[in-house]
Amino acid sequence: MLSKVAEVFNEPGCDHNRAKSEKDRKKGCTRAAKPGAAAGGCAFDGAKIALQPIADAAHLVHGPIACEGNSWDNRGSLSSGPMLYRTSFTTDLGENDIVMGGEKRLARAIQEIVGKYDPPAVFVYQTCVTALTGDDVEAVCKAASRRFERPVIPVNAPGFVGGKNLGNRLAGEALLEHVIGTVEPEVTTPTDINVIGEYNVAGELWQVKPLFDRLGIRVLSCISGDARYREIASSHRARAAVMVCSRALINVARKMEERYGIPFFEGSFYGISDVSDVLRNIARLLVDRGGPADLAERTETLIVQEEQRAWAQLEPYRARLQGKRVLLVTGGVKSWSVVSALQEIGMVVVGTSVKKSTKEDKKRIEAIMGEDAHMIESLPPREMYGMLKDARADVLMAGGRSMFVALKAKVPFLDINQERHHAFAGYEGMVSLVDELDKAIYSPVWAQVRKPAPWERER
Amino acid sequence: MAVVTTSNKSCAVNPLKMSQPLGAAMAFMGIDRAIPLLHGSQGCASFGVVLFVRHFRETIPMQTTAISEVDAILGGEENLEQALLTLHAKAKPALIGLCTTGLTEIRGDDVEGVLKNLRAKHPELNDLAVVHVSTPDFKGSFEDGWAKAVTALIDALVEPPRKSPPSPLFQRGDGGGISEMPQVNLLAGCHLTPSDIEELREIMEAFGLKSIFLPDLSGSLDGHVPDDFSPTTLGGSDLEWVREMGSAEITLAVGESMRPAAAALEAKAGVPFVVFDRLTGLDATDRFLDLLSKISGRAVPDRLRRQRSRLVDAMLDGHFYFGKKKVAVGAEPDLLHALSAWFTEMGCEVRAAVAPVHSPVLERVPASEVRVGDLEDLESLAAGCDLIVANSHGRQASRRMGIPLFRVGIPIFDRLGAAHRLSVGYRGTMRLIFEVGNLFLESVGAPFMAPRLDESIPCHAGRPGGLPLREA
Repeated sequence: MLSKVAEVFNEPGCDHNRAKSEKDRKKGCTRAAKPGAAAGGCAFDGAKIALQPIADAAHLVHGPIACEGNSWDNRGSLSSGPMLYRTSFTTDLGENDIVMGGEKRLARAIQEIVGKYDPPAVFVYQTCVTALTGDDVEAVCKAASRRFERPVIPVNAPGFVGGKNLGNRLAGEALLEHVIGTVEPEVTTPTDINVIGEYNVAGELWQVKPLFDRLGIRVLSCISGDARYREIASSHRARAAVMVCSRALINVARKMEERYGIPFFEGSFYGISDVSDVLRNIARLLVDRGGPADLAERTETLIVQEEQRAWAQLEPYRARLQGKRVLLVTGGVKSWSVVSALQEIGMVVVGTSVKKSTKEDKKRIEAIMGEDAHMIESLPPREMYGMLKDARADVLMAGGRSMFVALKAKVPFLDINQERHHAFAGYEGMVSLVDELDKAIYSPVWAQVRKPAPWERER
Repeated sequence: MAVVTTSNKSCAVNPLKMSQPLGAAMAFMGIDRAIPLLHGSQGCASFGVVLFVRHFRETIPMQTTAISEVDAILGGEENLEQALLTLHAKAKPALIGLCTTGLTEIRGDDVEGVLKNLRAKHPELNDLAVVHVSTPDFKGSFEDGWAKAVTALIDALVEPPRKSPPSPLFQRGDGGGISEMPQVNLLAGCHLTPSDIEELREIMEAFGLKSIFLPDLSGSLDGHVPDDFSPTTLGGSDLEWVREMGSAEITLAVGESMRPAAAALEAKAGVPFVVFDRLTGLDATDRFLDLLSKISGRAVPDRLRRQRSRLVDAMLDGHFYFGKKKVAVGAEPDLLHALSAWFTEMGCEVRAAVAPVHSPVLERVPASEVRVGDLEDLESLAAGCDLIVANSHGRQASRRMGIPLFRVGIPIFDRLGAAHRLSVGYRGTMRLIFEVGNLFLESVGAPFMAPRLDESIPCHAGRPGGLPLREA
């Protein structure tokens, strides 16, 4: 396990890692969580985030009730068809299973799932407790695969090996080892692509997919938003890939390039120019590999149309949002791409978090925001509260955890993480994002809730 | 008397169960200036934070000792010490509620040893109370964790009784004189919301009784907007008051799960106790008020008599819509019992009852069978029912079956106001009747079922001009 973790950390495709000295690189990207001052999920959480969007598969968590019982049904990844991924399965181990070993219970659990729900595949997640007691999940899965004649895939990412990002990558390893390349697609086209690291939260894939459709580009497999097991298993026949969500599944993209010769690039579906870049790059890669020669030109035409339309839709907001100050605190979403879009409609970004950004990212932020760009390495809740309370920002854009810090400071908030309900990808997503910002900032409640009660007002 | 059966599945599907450490952590959040600390992997605490944030819509103070793979094998004692020191330095809490998890229980970290060493090495921590509770994830459920934490708080903090003079805490606010009213403890089960607790306090105050609530979520998770940010809870039981619980005349325990905690308090300080296994429903509330009246020596105040009268009226108005309705309830034992008993008292049949874990109270649930199981069990037992009663996870079954869902317990993440749901006392029971009754009314889909004032009353089917029995 430890060697797998080291391998995943020493990811040559990762800019963040490449930018380090040889010595630092050996240390790996551990950044161990500090006891008493840690925030954020564990590796199991990350693995579940990355794989659970595979909608027709069963996802079985092998461990005591905590891992699944406390966390299921808390992610907003959507499916256009099968709903089995939303059914929660866990071995819910008791004391006896801990003492006697949980392998038999796990084997029976897989049998029950196959008998009752007949899924095309079962993913089995290892957890801390079963890793520590030494349950051989891989062996149970192997036996179950043979017995039930379908893939039963071990996902070896117990929580205590690290944070969410590591869990993402370990989930990617499970796909590389057991899934990708095991099924041949029924048909292939010269414009088949993979979208890697997009989880279709709030339906964001569906804001981008129509753009590909219009260009005649087929998404052979999205890993793993709104995915079917077979699609991922046959994703090795794609002609090119775009990797989104920063470095979450970079190992998948890089190893697929290595093994199957599928070129990839890193892109973002957030922000108008970023979406255009993605379309342009994917078209270029496809043409390079023998795709239709006119694809590049058609792509440019589409980009012009869509950008014009998006800007026209954004125009009415300019007057309302001009000069409004945004504090942007985010990990997953690429800060700079959203920054540039907000600036283009006249908003002022008073600070942006760079905790998960590479040197290159930081340079781009500096280029966009100027030398006095306020880059925040970390922002503990108390400081964030202070900043908002002092009215140094008109709106906070951040993940759900920070929501109540903003609301208690009586400052507008826009959720841009996992649990959000609105989709912000693609051209129309950017318009939605700005509309949501407008809605948040101009809600009539702010004036009311900030006004002291009559008996507390100074006379 | 119900027959309690256990599902013999190896795979829990759509679990109703949440783990012990989360229950314990929530109990600690009912203490003022507290931080629960989960001794386990960072994910254990992170999932808890997300769950509570979604339920309460509040910032949640909860920390972790962040056990890594290596720590898990070699021992997490160092992490524990470091976490306690860091929290003390950064957040200055009055209490750290230390909950173990499955991970740290398996290796058997010497938590008490760490705490003892820490006390010896760091006198600056003298003002910090650390209460340790053993809550492995592979045993029990949320309710058990809560109950264990309350017992641990009593064991660690309550001081021997101080009979004379009466506790100075009870001389406040009475014009400086010594209160003649007996001091009463109330141990609140985890099925009580912040609003439930506030309701009970108001009822007790109506009798002039001074009471100490443990835990008290009404001060910390009631959704107020404080003037400043705090990394600890803001409000809840004051530790000084908890220490004084040994001087009370009597302890009232709400929920069967609070019996061991009440017994611990009796053993430690000789305070006798009475357990109310529920405070929902006319009869249960009557018994509660009758006892309060005896303790205080005061007659039941007019305000509460009026509330009782309103509840009686609501029962009369509402019983039409509850009669013979078939209900499927899935909840932690105390809540399952309280609601099932109330549904039965309104004329419903509890067709399916599912709890995530065993409890002595399950046998008292008025159903032929109580299943210890999950929401898959509830879904299969709920066929033909008129209502599903469960937490927000029940919405998937509700949608699949086309049966309306009444949300109870934790988590409720797809509705506003989880902290302010009220289901105890006369007012709480009345609200339940209205909320559930309205669900029944809506799903009947027949406006003709309701008495109409614009028609002559009574009106009989078949009489010319009378109301049709069914919608055409």
